[in-house]
Amino acid sequence: MKRIYLDYAATTPVDERVIDAMLPYFKEHFGNPSSVHGFGQAGEKALDDSRRSIAANLGAAPPEIIFTSCGSESDNLAIRGTAFARQEKFGYKHMLISPIEHPAVQATVDQLVALHGFKVSYLPVDQFGLVDHENFEKYLREDTALVSIMSANNEIGTINNLSDIAGICRERGIPIHTDAVQYAAHHEINVDTLGADLISLGAHKFYGPKGVGVLYVRSGTDLLPIQTGGSQEFGFRAATENIPLIVGMAEAFQLVQEEGAPRRERLVPLRNQIIDFILEEIPKSQLTGAEPSKRLPNHASFVFEDLDGNLLIQVLDSEGFACSSGSACKTGDPKPSSVLTSLGYAPEWALGSLRVTLGKDTTRQEMDRFLEILPGAIQRVREVS
Amino acid sequence: MKPPAGSRIVVGMSGGVDSSVAAALLKDQGYDVMGVMLRLWSDSDTENRCCAPDAQLEARRIAAQLDIPFYVIDAQDAFYQAVVQPFIDGYAGGTTPNPCLHCNRQIRWKFLRSRAKALGADYISTGHYARIEVSENGSYQLLKNPDPDKDQSYFLHILTQDDLSRTVFPLADLSKPEVRQLARDYGLAVAERPDSQDLCFVGHGNYRGFLRKVDPSLLKSGPILDLDGVMLGEHQGLADYTIGQRKGLGVAGPEPYYVIEKDLVKNALVIGFKNKLGRMSFTVASINWISGESLADPLNADIRIRYKSKAVPGQITPHGNNLAHIELTESLPDITPGQAAVFYQEQVCLGGGIIQKEAL
Repeated sequence: MKRIYLDYAATTPVDERVIDAMLPYFKEHFGNPSSVHGFGQAGEKALDDSRRSIAANLGAAPPEIIFTSCGSESDNLAIRGTAFARQEKFGYKHMLISPIEHPAVQATVDQLVALHGFKVSYLPVDQFGLVDHENFEKYLREDTALVSIMSANNEIGTINNLSDIAGICRERGIPIHTDAVQYAAHHEINVDTLGADLISLGAHKFYGPKGVGVLYVRSGTDLLPIQTGGSQEFGFRAATENIPLIVGMAEAFQLVQEEGAPRRERLVPLRNQIIDFILEEIPKSQLTGAEPSKRLPNHASFVFEDLDGNLLIQVLDSEGFACSSGSACKTGDPKPSSVLTSLGYAPEWALGSLRVTLGKDTTRQEMDRFLEILPGAIQRVREVS
Repeated sequence: MKPPAGSRIVVGMSGGVDSSVAAALLKDQGYDVMGVMLRLWSDSDTENRCCAPDAQLEARRIAAQLDIPFYVIDAQDAFYQAVVQPFIDGYAGGTTPNPCLHCNRQIRWKFLRSRAKALGADYISTGHYARIEVSENGSYQLLKNPDPDKDQSYFLHILTQDDLSRTVFPLADLSKPEVRQLARDYGLAVAERPDSQDLCFVGHGNYRGFLRKVDPSLLKSGPILDLDGVMLGEHQGLADYTIGQRKGLGVAGPEPYYVIEKDLVKNALVIGFKNKLGRMSFTVASINWISGESLADPLNADIRIRYKSKAVPGQITPHGNNLAHIELTESLPDITPGQAAVFYQEQVCLGGGIIQKEAL
């Protein structure tokens, strides 16, 4: 059975060109960038080149790029590092986030609230996951240490344009972070257009390796390290730099800049085909997240009433199609996803979710085959749900 | 009984040696094998033993080693409805219910088969020690495993012709040492967990605490009476006792006392000496005949009244479709309402029913 992967929002395969770029740094140029000798210098050059490349692609300065181990770590550093710095400097204890943040943000905030006396407010989202721009300022407080709102949601694909919100934060001197891990996999980002002070990226969402990410930190932003030790990454992240993965991330990010537009152009119609088909052919189905023009180009997500979403994923896998679900859970104890619950979906709907995310090499033939088997699979799952 | 070559078969995997070897054997025979574990309900502060995190990890690891898909499917609501609720009701009715029978019928077969079908599998398989054969007239038969210690046909007497036609027991006649050897041959590093007699869905043997939580009236103290109605002591709730029980009565006498009866109306526990204990006849209801044909005339068969007890010859006299009177050739001390009486002729398991409190 040929298996077809439709879960590119979870992770992507590493691009051949990225592998080629990485390979010399495992063995040939293996030096530690902190070392004085020539081996170290070669490593340092690769690190510097990668940093400059990513900085240039973001319209940022190289010292504003902090390499981390993943998007989640970038989120952790941004939230915890800023919260602690602003608490230390001003005694500020308040954070404003959206109710549909990635767990890396939500759980970090939860811990700050539980253990460190921080307070959190939530900027409301509508049923499509779009944040309330109009009333944004009302949610800010004198002691707001940080605002964090994701650029695009992994589960429902909704893109939130944050430039106006970021502008308000800049005026008020409040650092604003955005988790752009999903967004940056498809769209070019300019830090000044976007306006955020802290931006999280993860390489494996755009055909780079797992285990490497970036936190963009606008110069002058209050930040304390959360991993302490050596002075790597301008003192913000102690650890010997993982040069091969960093080189791979820089190469993969460069490819997004070069190929992002044609990838989007190809993916959007394929993605729209899924949305149109499902809403038309599958009874009791709804698109989750925003309308096609306001969502990630490769992202289609749905809920189906009275359907065991977990079982649907298993049935699709048994037919050779790898998809995902907001409620999917390997241990068989499904809970309605907190994102879907925040958007107001009742459990009868939220437990039956399906996420289909396409990749740069997904073909129309694959899509056709998927849509051919999908109604039958849903039918069979519904019969026993 | 063999499914057509290459058929897709869903194996119920527990992470233990039996189901792991069952999956390995089927994979070896060229079937399209999928491992499934059902997520079962458990009391709030415990994990269901059949799908606890370590069992899941084990099963997942074995599935990865065999290179078969592995899925955990949520069956918590169905399990509660089909197994836990009847368990509570059984105690409320003064019987000693056998939840494994309900689980096999409603969950391990009915529920799993329906999910298997959704996964494109017409067949399911488990690591039970029992054999399925097709007899000359084309009907399916359930046969005992030759090792009386491992034979699990007692719990399988609830299967129907339709179930058996879609079920594969790869362990069939194998012995436990043979299965262990197969595990070694296949390189399956399966930790052997001791068989547990505890209920899977409550913490360590604590069914009392569970019953008290769901229905405190099930554990109301009351009198312990002898057969003449003389009060000998106080019991802590009828659900704590089973017919034939000797230990834990807290009543001293010239010879040991045994539980003879539970009187729900008086909430009394009736005890007596061993000579009052035995019965030779009782009624069974909810009978399943594996052949699918109900009995017309009295039938002589060997009858097993508990999982590990020996079968005793007796006669089954039918009353309608699923009720029968059983007359044994010897008296047994532990005929317990709520447990199953299972019928055998030689190696063949004919079916069985649930022992009733009231005689016909």
